[in-house]
Amino acid sequence: MELLVAIMIGLLTACGIYLLLRARTFPVIMGLTLLSYAVNLFLFVMGRIGESQPAVIGVGDGQYTDPLPQALVLTAIVIGFAMTAFVVTLALRARGELHSDHVDGDADPRGPGA
Amino acid sequence: MTHTIILPVLLPLLTALVLLFGSRRSLAWKRGVSLAATAALLPLGLLLLQQTYSGAYGVYALGNWVAPFGIVLVLDRLAALMLLLTALLSLPALLYASHGDDHTGPNFHALFQFQLMGLNGAFLTGDLFNLFVFFEVLLIASYALLLHGAGPARSRAGLHYVILNLVGSGLFLLAVGTLYGITGTLNMADLAVRVAAAGPADAPLLRAAGLLLLVVFALKAALLPLYFWLPRAYSAASAPVAALFAIMTKVGVYSIVRVYSLIFGAQAGLLADTALAWLWPLALATLVLGALGALAARELRTLIAYLVVVSVGTLLAGFALNNNAALAASLYYLLHSTLVAGGLFLLAGLIRTQRGAEGDQLHPAAPVSQPALLGSLFFIAAVAVVGMPPLSGFIGKLLLLSSVPPGMQLIWLWAIVLGSGLLALITLSRAGSQLFWNTLEITPVAPRADRLRLAAVVLLLASAPLLSLFAEPVHRYTQATAAQLYAPAGYIHAVLGARDIPRLTIGPEERP
Repeated sequence: MELLVAIMIGLLTACGIYLLLRARTFPVIMGLTLLSYAVNLFLFVMGRIGESQPAVIGVGDGQYTDPLPQALVLTAIVIGFAMTAFVVTLALRARGELHSDHVDGDADPRGPGA
Repeated sequence: MTHTIILPVLLPLLTALVLLFGSRRSLAWKRGVSLAATAALLPLGLLLLQQTYSGAYGVYALGNWVAPFGIVLVLDRLAALMLLLTALLSLPALLYASHGDDHTGPNFHALFQFQLMGLNGAFLTGDLFNLFVFFEVLLIASYALLLHGAGPARSRAGLHYVILNLVGSGLFLLAVGTLYGITGTLNMADLAVRVAAAGPADAPLLRAAGLLLLVVFALKAALLPLYFWLPRAYSAASAPVAALFAIMTKVGVYSIVRVYSLIFGAQAGLLADTALAWLWPLALATLVLGALGALAARELRTLIAYLVVVSVGTLLAGFALNNNAALAASLYYLLHSTLVAGGLFLLAGLIRTQRGAEGDQLHPAAPVSQPALLGSLFFIAAVAVVGMPPLSGFIGKLLLLSSVPPGMQLIWLWAIVLGSGLLALITLSRAGSQLFWNTLEITPVAPRADRLRLAAVVLLLASAPLLSLFAEPVHRYTQATAAQLYAPAGYIHAVLGARDIPRLTIGPEERP
């Protein structure tokens, strides 16, 4: 289970960084999203992995899971979601004003996705 | 009286909400509300400074949850100093904005207040995750403020700034998660205790988390490999926003000073002084490249932005020296550089409006309509920034240079600080002569500068002579601040108390 989650986080981060370096606004936004998924998963497992354990002490068979990482993830998700929405509008505006979807705002003769 | 600690966060928050609800009301009403609330931060800052003057700590447990379980706000000398500095900088910036830059969108003043809330919260909080949240608050407000008034240059700079900071936020969360996973706490005082007690098995991971935090703070502070966003963003922002941003890099500097003196400081056992080995060369390289960037700048605002980078290098070099006198000197320099950089950004705004279409480009153009007035203000600011006597930059640099112990560090710091000072001198004299003397033979047509805008510039630039006039009491306070920072036991004791707190350790060893 630990290995699976670790590989998952690593894969998400790698894809996120690759997309970020594409330097076109749409892949960059996708990259940011993947990166924030990786971060959220990472935060979540910092409370250790366990199965069917309540986040409340004294309920169930004495096993409990740490509720704080869940609260942190929730905050991170909310902020990340709002920021993604903001970047999308910003990217659209930059596309309209600069007539390019490159993050530097320069027209690229190689065409989109090059 | 204990509730005064949270007021610097609550006041801008409530003002911003009032402004949002009244976003359809007249601009004059918004200006009045916003100016009144910002002005109120000034006596508040003085009051809090006076409370910490004796060296006492103020601890405010939010929702009365005991540390380390709840979030605490901690007021110490450094926090009080930064709060007062924010108030001193934001009032003139807002005054300037209230005469022309705030009408392009309905919510300028609300955003400005949110920005102040984020700044004040970041300076006050004693919890690492809460620091992240306040970083986000001030960043979100700054994204919107940067883009305020639109234009292709701002979209371009804004896109870089936003994406970089989002990646920075991700790294911040990774660092916070690692620290929490190992120590089981996010309270900075508790973290300091746990990190100091960490065994050799946990040390490498903690070091990785600590250095990851350094990357994040270096991005905010604009330290060497991570400052390339700054000149573009700051030179694209409108004058009052750029002036307010003069304190944004200082938030990064503040976080570095706070985290690496408290959590990863000299007392941190295996992890003692985690960041210093990196900070010293990076800070010096930042200084050199910032000075060269200023020399190459073709616009006044880009030039000032590079001067901000230079000041960050100077401040962090002072912190990396890791002694009381150097940190005290750095804190004095921080006050000076923030206020003067803010004043310079506002002045650049005035010069730009008077030069017509050429703006602040450094080549011959129409003369400004008030060359004597703006020229003398520019001269005063330049003398202060370069660090020539008798103004505050000279005293700050003198204090810093005299605090270095003899050795290799002395040679490096003296050579680089004095060399970059010389470069700044050349840069600013060239810029000044371009702007005020090397002009075309055209009669200036631009209207004279608005009186209140001029007053805002004068207020900020007046800090240079005032800081050198009152250098002794100010320096005594920064010395006390540095002494307090290098004795984190007091901070930890104030937050965690002497009592034996029952601990619910949720670590791997207790897990099934």
